[in-house]
Amino acid sequence: MAEMLEVSGLTKRFGGLVAVNNVSFSVREKEILSVIGPNGAGKSTLFKLISSFLKPTTGEVRLKGERISGLAPHIAARRGVVRTFQETTIFRNMSVRDNVIIAHHLRSKASLFGFFLGTGAAKTDEAAFGQSADEILTLLGLSSLSNETARNLPHGHLRALGIAIGLATNPSILLLDEPFAGMNHDETMRMVEMVRRLRERGLTILLVEHDMPAVMKISDRLVVLNFGQKIAEGTPSEIQADEKVIEAYLGSEDEAIGL
Amino acid sequence: MTLNRNTRIAAVVAFLAIVFVAVPAAISSSGRFDLYYTLTSVALLSIASAGVWLTFYIGRINIGQGAYALMGGYVSAILVMNHGWSFWLTLPVAGLFCAAASVLIGLPILRLRGVYFAMVTLVLTEVARLLALALPITNGAKGIVSIPLPGALSVFGVTLIPDFATLQNSRLAFYLLAVTVMVVCFAVMYRLVNSRIGKLCQSLQQNEELASSIGVNIAYLRVIAYAVSSFFGGVSGAIFAAISQSIYPSSFTVTDSVNFMLNCFLGGLGYVFGPMLGTLVLYFGWDLLFQTGQFQLLIYSGLMIVLMLVLPNGLLSLAEMTRKKG
Repeated sequence: MAEMLEVSGLTKRFGGLVAVNNVSFSVREKEILSVIGPNGAGKSTLFKLISSFLKPTTGEVRLKGERISGLAPHIAARRGVVRTFQETTIFRNMSVRDNVIIAHHLRSKASLFGFFLGTGAAKTDEAAFGQSADEILTLLGLSSLSNETARNLPHGHLRALGIAIGLATNPSILLLDEPFAGMNHDETMRMVEMVRRLRERGLTILLVEHDMPAVMKISDRLVVLNFGQKIAEGTPSEIQADEKVIEAYLGSEDEAIGL
Repeated sequence: MTLNRNTRIAAVVAFLAIVFVAVPAAISSSGRFDLYYTLTSVALLSIASAGVWLTFYIGRINIGQGAYALMGGYVSAILVMNHGWSFWLTLPVAGLFCAAASVLIGLPILRLRGVYFAMVTLVLTEVARLLALALPITNGAKGIVSIPLPGALSVFGVTLIPDFATLQNSRLAFYLLAVTVMVVCFAVMYRLVNSRIGKLCQSLQQNEELASSIGVNIAYLRVIAYAVSSFFGGVSGAIFAAISQSIYPSSFTVTDSVNFMLNCFLGGLGYVFGPMLGTLVLYFGWDLLFQTGQFQLLIYSGLMIVLMLVLPNGLLSLAEMTRKKG
């Protein structure tokens, strides 16, 4: 399988603290790869480095061979690396449908001035966005809520909306930041199903997560971080048997790593 | 807003009929010609307020519009006095000058959010006043006076607008000028807000991080919105200078900048026509309270506080509330 995203020698220092230390791995096309690790392992920093919300101290991230690290976030998004957010980050005061429509920004062919004048290209864009938004909302089970103001949605649906927004940008790789955080069992299972459906549509997914059972269920491969360094990489069963991983999680319950 | 197409057209026609026909007719029959000056001021202030509203729309509290109004006034005055330009040409040039200046100023300061942006813009108004005092070209505290009235505007030998100096009633002419520019500015704003650009601005207002994650060039969009805002400020300042035939460093001060902001608050930050209504109510409200003498400011401030508590979404939210009930 071809490699979609390549992380090589990525390091980020904050003053004296090395949050991410010389991490390398790659994500293959149409793969679900999870980055896990105990609290403070550097997962979130790594996530921000890959999505270009932070600039690496050294090392680089390549998408289909092209360097994307160090670009502005909106440029990285344009190249096809799009992230969702850990918190319930949405456009709170817009309707659910408008949230998804606005996220089609990258697909627009008309210019800003074209939209102002209401040119033919702008109208074509608007119609296409509306249709695509409805499809995405149906895919994620949000179609019945499409006219609701986003801030009124329950927690689980907000996450789905976050993913719908990411999906609308038509990314090559979607980065999910703790998609299962704060969810109960049922919601988690529904989200696992949802993420699988995205992969079936041909999307490559990289996710950062705490929830071990869900991660073990969903991932093709995992990368384990501890104190900013990669300590293991492999399939769920390989990771579960890995000495270093068990050591890193020592003190926590066995079921925390899905044993 | 969910008004249907016919209601909207009817509302626009009614509004145009009022400002262009009914108001002049009422004024000439009542003989209160001083009202022309008042209403002209309201129209011009609402243009500047519309600019402030647009920066609110991208999530920035702008208390610096006075700076651009002052700048626009000086640009127009200097071009007319020192270079013999026609006022009509200086009008767009003043706006564009302010827009260009706002791009340079905006690039660094628009990175700030919330109260930090507000503070810097507040300082901007004061900086503009001090610059006007210090620069040789602005003639210091004496300002620029005896600016000639706008001349005739002809295109290919056809006189579109007559020379204001030859008119018997230049007050009416200025009123019509101000109102026309106001209508054009608000039409542009309405179109901006109701096109995809408005949605993009809202996305900035509600979450800049998310906006940039979906590929919106937030820095670019912020600067564009701020430039349009400053263009409005400059145009309004230029017309002001032409009407009063003078411009001083104190023509637009921090108080004016704060008022522009209050106009938006009062009318409603969620409504394009909020700044227009806000300016009208605030301007006349202040005048009505004149009779209360020393208590004027106290009552005025008290009322503003009560209004913001009771109607946090502005006066226009009243209309929406009644429509929902009905």
